[in-house]
Amino acid sequence: MTSNELYSGDREFRPRLTLRRQLGALFGILSTIAIVVGLTTLAVLITDVVRDGWHVISWDFLTSYPSRRPEQAGILSALVGTTYILVLVAVIAFPLGVAAALYLEEFAPKNRLTALIEINISNLAAVPSIVYGLLGLGVFVRTFMLGRSLIAGALTLSLLVLPIIIVASREALRAIPPSIREAGLALGASPWQTVRHFVLPAAFPGILTGTILALARAIGETAPLITIGALTYVAFLPGSIFDPFTVLPIQIFNWVSRPQPAFHERAAGGIIVLLVVLLCFNAAAIFLRARLQRKIRF
Amino acid sequence: MPEWALTGYNPRAGSNSLLAGGLVVAARCDVSSESSVAPPLTAENRRQQLEQILTASRRQDRIRQGRETTILAILFLAALVSIATTIGIIYTLSIETFHFFQRVSIIEFLTDTQWTPLFADKHFGIWPLLVGTLIVSTIAMLVSLPLGLLAAIGLSEYAPPRLARIVKPVLEILAGVPTVVYGYFALLFVTPLLQRFIPQLEVFNALSAGLVMGFMILPLVASLSEDAMRAVPMSLREGAYALGATRLEVVWRVVVPSSLSGIVAAFILAVSRAVGETMIVAIAMGQVPRLTFNPLVAMQAMTSYIVQVSLGDTPHGTLEYQTIFAVGATLFVITMTLNLLSYRFLKRFREVYE
Amino acid sequence: MTAPTTEQRYIVEPSEPRALRIERLSVWYGQHQAIRDVTFTIPARRITAIIGPSGCGKSTLIRALNRMHELTPEARVEGAVWWENVNLYAPSTDPVWVRRHIGMIFQKPNPFPKSIFENVAFGLRINGYRGDIATRVEEALHKAALWDEVKDKLQQNALTLSGGQQQRLCIARAIALEPQILLMDEPCSALDPVATMRIEDLMRDLARTYTIVIVTHNMQQASRVSHYTAFMLAGEDRTGELVEYAPTRELFLRPRDRRTEDYITGRIG
Repeated sequence: MTSNELYSGDREFRPRLTLRRQLGALFGILSTIAIVVGLTTLAVLITDVVRDGWHVISWDFLTSYPSRRPEQAGILSALVGTTYILVLVAVIAFPLGVAAALYLEEFAPKNRLTALIEINISNLAAVPSIVYGLLGLGVFVRTFMLGRSLIAGALTLSLLVLPIIIVASREALRAIPPSIREAGLALGASPWQTVRHFVLPAAFPGILTGTILALARAIGETAPLITIGALTYVAFLPGSIFDPFTVLPIQIFNWVSRPQPAFHERAAGGIIVLLVVLLCFNAAAIFLRARLQRKIRF
Repeated sequence: MPEWALTGYNPRAGSNSLLAGGLVVAARCDVSSESSVAPPLTAENRRQQLEQILTASRRQDRIRQGRETTILAILFLAALVSIATTIGIIYTLSIETFHFFQRVSIIEFLTDTQWTPLFADKHFGIWPLLVGTLIVSTIAMLVSLPLGLLAAIGLSEYAPPRLARIVKPVLEILAGVPTVVYGYFALLFVTPLLQRFIPQLEVFNALSAGLVMGFMILPLVASLSEDAMRAVPMSLREGAYALGATRLEVVWRVVVPSSLSGIVAAFILAVSRAVGETMIVAIAMGQVPRLTFNPLVAMQAMTSYIVQVSLGDTPHGTLEYQTIFAVGATLFVITMTLNLLSYRFLKRFREVYE
Repeated sequence: MTAPTTEQRYIVEPSEPRALRIERLSVWYGQHQAIRDVTFTIPARRITAIIGPSGCGKSTLIRALNRMHELTPEARVEGAVWWENVNLYAPSTDPVWVRRHIGMIFQKPNPFPKSIFENVAFGLRINGYRGDIATRVEEALHKAALWDEVKDKLQQNALTLSGGQQQRLCIARAIALEPQILLMDEPCSALDPVATMRIEDLMRDLARTYTIVIVTHNMQQASRVSHYTAFMLAGEDRTGELVEYAPTRELFLRPRDRRTEDYITGRIG
């Protein structure tokens, strides 16, 4: 039916159906362009980095220290530093985050203090990472006198990712239906026992996934660690948690900041390693969640 | 918050129901173990047995209660860490900023148009850094807000659900790439590319940094806007379709206006994210604090100044050390204000739809 | 209950002029067939009710009359719906045009979060009304028996109205476009009895000008307001069929199909 003047009532209207349809189609195209542009940028970014740095990747690259000569520069100290930081952050932030999430989700009464804590966590999630660096500098490096050490960096990053772990864990806990808790209580378990033996195991996949994603975020953080004084030229491995250190993103930053193109290539190589590590983390998170969810069904 | 957690735990009721028959669960539940033993059943034995169980379990329960109270206290302390963090941030920033303003007048800070704390001729006007942050954030917003909103509309209203389910996580990857990688991309790919079209573009400039930052923030805008739009109930859309509206009209005249508070909250949050971003500007924008509105030249943002100073060796207590806290405090105040504003809008949005 | 065979259906052809002619209409959602081979005629300027137990496909049927089911992905239709010599499902028929002329009122009142005035004006604006919008809005509100209650607060947000008022607002919004046919999908089920009564009175008024088709799970309502009633039922395959269609009095007093009688007397559904 192309004619739309079927009734006298219709002459009062100017429906312009074709025009409206065309506008709609145009808008659909615009939206698609927006999405495609976003995806293309991602593709271009990755292609460019890989193209620049692919030839740099070698066993030597992974096992050498940085050097004044780009051909000999490697990311060993950065890789080791990243690993140490990661382990430390996991050890510190995971129990703290899960504990806080458990409290807020299962045991906290609905009062002003709880609301205050929750507002705080939302706020902290939106604080720029460099402010966390300043916090770390003032509190951990100076006041606690830990110096520009691994432990200071780990504590700073732990505070940074804590809100992520808390929020992800709370989501995981919230996904458990109330009937599980009711079942536990009906069987005579105390609230804590119910949580410890019924709820927590069921929420564990979600909590673990959230933690892995938080750690992935921590790996890529540069600004807070620079602020607390992580060095950019580290030709040694940290011996203890009180030693200075560097991490992969900072090493990349150092190389990018140099004028010689050879160092830029090294930076690209470092980026590839970083992205591979991140990919592994995200894949692990997805894989673990799928695996554990199959075991624990409700 | 389920009410049962607010009621006290009654140990007597617990033990009786275990006696009644939750043996398997009791083993899993780490509760009193004497219920698994079955003594001979005479009247006297029975009475003694019950007495023993009730008093013994009362004692056991008290121990357990004590332990659990400790556990809950630990959990509570863990939750308090977040408040401690906020207090820590406010305290650290305030005290060093206070020291700073003892040596530099706040008037100079707010009115001088030069920022040269590291040079011999020291000026402490925040404006060059503020404007640098402003310029790069504005460029980032010009990219991410329209593209992000368009992408959100495309994903939530136009795309078939299966396609959206694949595209959305891929778009999220943009947000997961470390910002140092974006800095590399801005300096070594985008700038040379733009220089072919804009020959006067400097090696370090705000335009490349802003563009790249915009793409980094795009998924944030898209994701939050889409959440807002998805909260608009289908019944509203159906009502509009039933009046002879096209899909575009349903989106623009019903869905977007109905989710406007949520979308505005998303936008404000994106701005906050741009203002606080460090590595892209540190790598690609320059280290020269310069008060200019020309995005084609090098300038410095607040965040990259902090990085610049941190890379050097600044002893505690020096004026240079205190400047990074003063700048950090300014940054914190700006982002906090934006976050609170965003939260206000989000609350207004949630009031309607939850 | 087994699916009915064709010879068992009792479908009456109304004597009044035709509004809609539905021919062998079948709707699928993905693999599942929701309704099968529905064929009957809806008379003009009368109220036709569609009744049946839940899951019988009556909502699907009414939504298929103005192509609203297309909003669900994977919806597929076979058959035809004729309106004034136009097949609504012909490939050249624009669904936007169809919906503009065949309005719909939903189960839960769904006013836009805009002012009362803008709600009623919405359809007029998007369809390019050339006359004075304010006059038309007032007329529509009068016809929906809502004008007196809202005339002083036209700029107020529509969501401040009560449920019954919101539903009447939705009716005003729909009739502002002067649709030929008004479809109502359980319009009173979310309302209290007083509001229901007012809507039923309104329906009787509106039936003098518009053709009304109403889906209802409330048999008493169907017998109160409608002139013709269609009874639908789904078999074990959960595919709905039209079992009987007759003038309301006949269907309720002398149902010809055994299943209709069972439903009316409460033995099924």
